[in-house]
Amino acid sequence: MAIINHEAALSRAGANVTGWWSRILFFTRRYPLGAVGALIVLVFVLTAVFANFIAPYDPTSTNARASLAKPGMAYFLGADFRCRDMFSRIVYGARISLTVGLGATLLGGILGVTIGLMSGYLGGWIDLGTQRVMDVMQSLPLLVMALVMAASLGPSLENTIIAIAIPLVPTVARVVRSSTLSLREQPFVEAARAVGMGEARIAVRHVLPNTLAPLIVLGTAQLGSAILTEASLSFLGLGIPEPYPSWGRMLSESAAEYVRTAPWLVIFPGVAISLTVFGTNLLGDALRDILDPRERT
Amino acid sequence: MGSYLTRRFLLMALTLFGMSVLIFVMLRLVPGNVADILVDSAGIADPKEKAKIARELGIDRPIFDQYIHWIGGLVQGDLGFAYVSERPAIEEIAPRIPISAKLAGLALFFSVIMGVPLGVISAVRQNTALDYFLRVLSLSGLSLPSFWLGLLILMASVQWFGMIPIYTNEPRSFIDEMLLLSIPAAAVGFRSSALIMRLTRSSMLEVLRQDYIRTARSKGASQTSVNYDHALRNALLPVVTIIGIEAAFLIGGLIVTETVFNIPGVARFLVEAILWRDYPIVQNLVMLIAFVVIVVNFLVDMAYMALDPRIKYAD
Repeated sequence: MAIINHEAALSRAGANVTGWWSRILFFTRRYPLGAVGALIVLVFVLTAVFANFIAPYDPTSTNARASLAKPGMAYFLGADFRCRDMFSRIVYGARISLTVGLGATLLGGILGVTIGLMSGYLGGWIDLGTQRVMDVMQSLPLLVMALVMAASLGPSLENTIIAIAIPLVPTVARVVRSSTLSLREQPFVEAARAVGMGEARIAVRHVLPNTLAPLIVLGTAQLGSAILTEASLSFLGLGIPEPYPSWGRMLSESAAEYVRTAPWLVIFPGVAISLTVFGTNLLGDALRDILDPRERT
Repeated sequence: MGSYLTRRFLLMALTLFGMSVLIFVMLRLVPGNVADILVDSAGIADPKEKAKIARELGIDRPIFDQYIHWIGGLVQGDLGFAYVSERPAIEEIAPRIPISAKLAGLALFFSVIMGVPLGVISAVRQNTALDYFLRVLSLSGLSLPSFWLGLLILMASVQWFGMIPIYTNEPRSFIDEMLLLSIPAAAVGFRSSALIMRLTRSSMLEVLRQDYIRTARSKGASQTSVNYDHALRNALLPVVTIIGIEAAFLIGGLIVTETVFNIPGVARFLVEAILWRDYPIVQNLVMLIAFVVIVVNFLVDMAYMALDPRIKYAD
């Protein structure tokens, strides 16, 4: 029982489409901003995946003559004070952002779905207990929670992912719980029970797929905020450690001093962060319009 | 109502208690304690010296004892001593609160005066070029990291005014301070205004489709009157909620912005304390933030009831 029915969505919108190309063209015309977002996200993902082919230099290699080189022929976006090529660092930075963003969103999603499904499906004391724990976790802003988590886990790539994933859990759990609460009263759940299906199987096979639409919308939004949070953590010195080229840390290294002398060190990493998050936000908005008709404006 | 409030207060207390346990345990998981850092930075490697420091700070005692000691003090208004400065934590924290509060207040003010009118315009002109422009603008507001926006502002002012508007010593007057704070506040507020604008827009669109709006139009009310007297008033309810959520959201923005603009507020102090493993400061600041968030949420729910007579909280 799949609730995301693209064919139905397409025919409702009056599209007469066959094949992939015409479908993509249709979506582009219907959701131009969403298409721009999808394009940005695609470029970002491809950059991350093929970083080693795109980057002209090793992001960690240094060349003494290049210290603080201005953007030009040799160094497309200039070089930093440690003589490393900025363009290569930004290209490899996409890998870090994508890893942390996707990792944190998926981990938070899996934990949130498990907790939300259990809480909503089982109800009773388990529900009450979990909801109180979620209350506690939601009483701190995302960045503050991530900061404390990052500090208590210690700086590493994996720990940064966990530190950002945990604060994302309550939102996912709440969304899944509230859909589960209404879904478990539906006739198809009763029918599954009547034919002798186990409760756990019903929860996973019948209830979970029906919560997917809001989850995808939420996941895209969380991907953007996970990327921003990683940048903020690294900017504050509590995120990804050296030698990984993280966009956020590139800004903290270059901050106050280079604002005067080497503006390119401040501009380009920030553009990379903003553009990526902008793309995920545009895509998320379009997905919300497509998948969640109640929210449509 | 009375029993709703009692239940609500109990829940708030329970959440704060849960937060205190969570933050306490999480901080004790940190690899390396303040004794290690102090000893390392002083260049002492003597384990006896280290044990002495740990004993003085009370971090050699069982974790449960430490928790009881902290909470016992906290409920009596005693926040303990900061490890790094060795001064009472309250003396370190209290003077920084007004600075952050002013900054947050200004940022919230900016975000509301930018967000609400632009959201209304965007909804009224739905699907025009202006609407598209404003929607892209608000999305970009959500996408720019506020520390980068801060850095760009610093860069622009160096470029054009030849100076950096950062918080140096005590500002001379209240007006001076507000002017100095308004630049970072705008950087934080821009992001929040984007959220407020998006919500105002969708909430306005929802209301504009209602029957009573058509009635208002058909009885000949002017466009302005329909938009502002009939629609906006009803559309503002969810906006009040988002403003409440914003208050919590702003704290995140303050952390990075205070760092960029070198403002000696509580948010930047939290980061410094975390880096120094100054538990008494971190614990108490986190409790303060959680307290503010919980109280703001409560006030928002109360405001909701005051604004919409249909909403009653069941006993």
